[in-house]
Amino acid sequence: MLAVILFVITLGIAAYSTYFERKVAAFMQDRIGPNRAGPLGLLQPIADGVKMIFKEEHRPTGSNRILFILGPSIAMLTALMTSAVIPWSPKYFEIGGQKYALQIADINVGILYIFGVVSLGVYGILIGGWSSNNKYSLLGAVRASSQMISYELAMGLSIIPIILGSESLQLSAIVESQHEIWNVFKYPFGFLIFLICAFAETNRTPFDLPECETELVGGYHTEYTSMKLGFFLFSEYVNMFASSAVISTLFFGGYHFPGMSLLPAGVAVLVGVAVLFAKIVFFIFFFMWIRWTIPRFRYDQLMRLGWQVLMPLAILLVVVYGAIFSFI
Amino acid sequence: MQLTNRSKQVSNKEMTFTERMYLPAIVGGLRVTFSHMLKKGATVQYPEQVREHSVIFRGQHVLKRDAEGRENCTACGLCAVSCPAEAITIVAGERQKGEEHLYREEKYAVEYDINMLRCIFCGLCEEACPKDAIYLTDRIVASNYERSDFIFHKEDLVEKVALEGRIDISKRKKDK
Repeated sequence: MLAVILFVITLGIAAYSTYFERKVAAFMQDRIGPNRAGPLGLLQPIADGVKMIFKEEHRPTGSNRILFILGPSIAMLTALMTSAVIPWSPKYFEIGGQKYALQIADINVGILYIFGVVSLGVYGILIGGWSSNNKYSLLGAVRASSQMISYELAMGLSIIPIILGSESLQLSAIVESQHEIWNVFKYPFGFLIFLICAFAETNRTPFDLPECETELVGGYHTEYTSMKLGFFLFSEYVNMFASSAVISTLFFGGYHFPGMSLLPAGVAVLVGVAVLFAKIVFFIFFFMWIRWTIPRFRYDQLMRLGWQVLMPLAILLVVVYGAIFSFI
Repeated sequence: MQLTNRSKQVSNKEMTFTERMYLPAIVGGLRVTFSHMLKKGATVQYPEQVREHSVIFRGQHVLKRDAEGRENCTACGLCAVSCPAEAITIVAGERQKGEEHLYREEKYAVEYDINMLRCIFCGLCEEACPKDAIYLTDRIVASNYERSDFIFHKEDLVEKVALEGRIDISKRKKDK
């Protein structure tokens, strides 16, 4: 039940992210943005979806049919899987001696699960790009995979201080550990590295080289049409939602908000859900804000930033916080 | 040789550590984009809102009638001669008996064509006209599918007899 609700919410937010993105882009460029479909253009995502579904299905000659369909499916599947472990409330409901929480799966290796699923996401892009039988798609896919591998390392290392601090890989425990103070204040550098890597992981500007139009036509989805293309584009927004949720959970206290203990427990849970949503929406906005501010990196700059700047910084972070937690 | 004093000394100095960090620059950029979010755009919602033309706008031509509804044009051909783009073609004719309510003088234009693809909307025809017959208005020449549809004939150019069908050219008249 909870899974279905979260599924619908995730898809809804992702759909409206496309509208929101176009609006934000328009406002930042002193334009109006979509305003014809429905009041304020609010029906635009539906119009786009209908358009995508009714477009012609096309498959290039020489492409691998099964893998060609598998690519966007994997991309969408892995994008949707990530948000399953996000805790939306503290363990609160008590039915039959068992405590329930607004969380689909409170697995004890929550962070590892997220990293595992996110790194699976690259297969969707890689398979889609390779099976298109197009050199631009292949180049985009290769770029995507090397970029994701490069930044996943620094990303993984940057959260080790959090794991050391909360002494758990379980996301609900990590959120509970932020009851006093949010992790972003405890580990600002870890947050910075994680944020930069999150941008790279979701293929958002300034790291959107896999779909760099000026060099690669459309990148890995050059040959895709119809809803298969829609799945690729959509999975990017779902990923954005998921990484916003992960950032809010790991660094911004999840459902915690100042003055939470003053409210009665039931109200606190509801407000907590709303607060977590607000944090997620803010980070989605932040993703867009960055997109319409910073131009794309060159590929060598991207690799240098990943391997020569973020990696050493992340390792240094692990060493320093490791020393702090073991000796102090 | 120095043409203006606006030239800028270009320097290629090493970036400082803060500059190489790139983050302060990003914050500055974010501030710029966010300030633009709060600005009011200059957009005019076109089909619903029409932006006003300037008073000297020169659009589609009109052939005027006088107060009694008679055509002013006497087919003198000065407009056609003055036209730098040679867009105007006139065939003159003599006014017959019983047509006094249609044409003001004895001679009138049987045909009056303006090729809107050739016209450069310079307004010289209007300047040349001794009879206050041709004016450029603030109407826009509509787009079309065929080249032939851009040749406006007399029926497209002459204004209506009824007073409410007349085209207002008072803005243009003030200049003369």
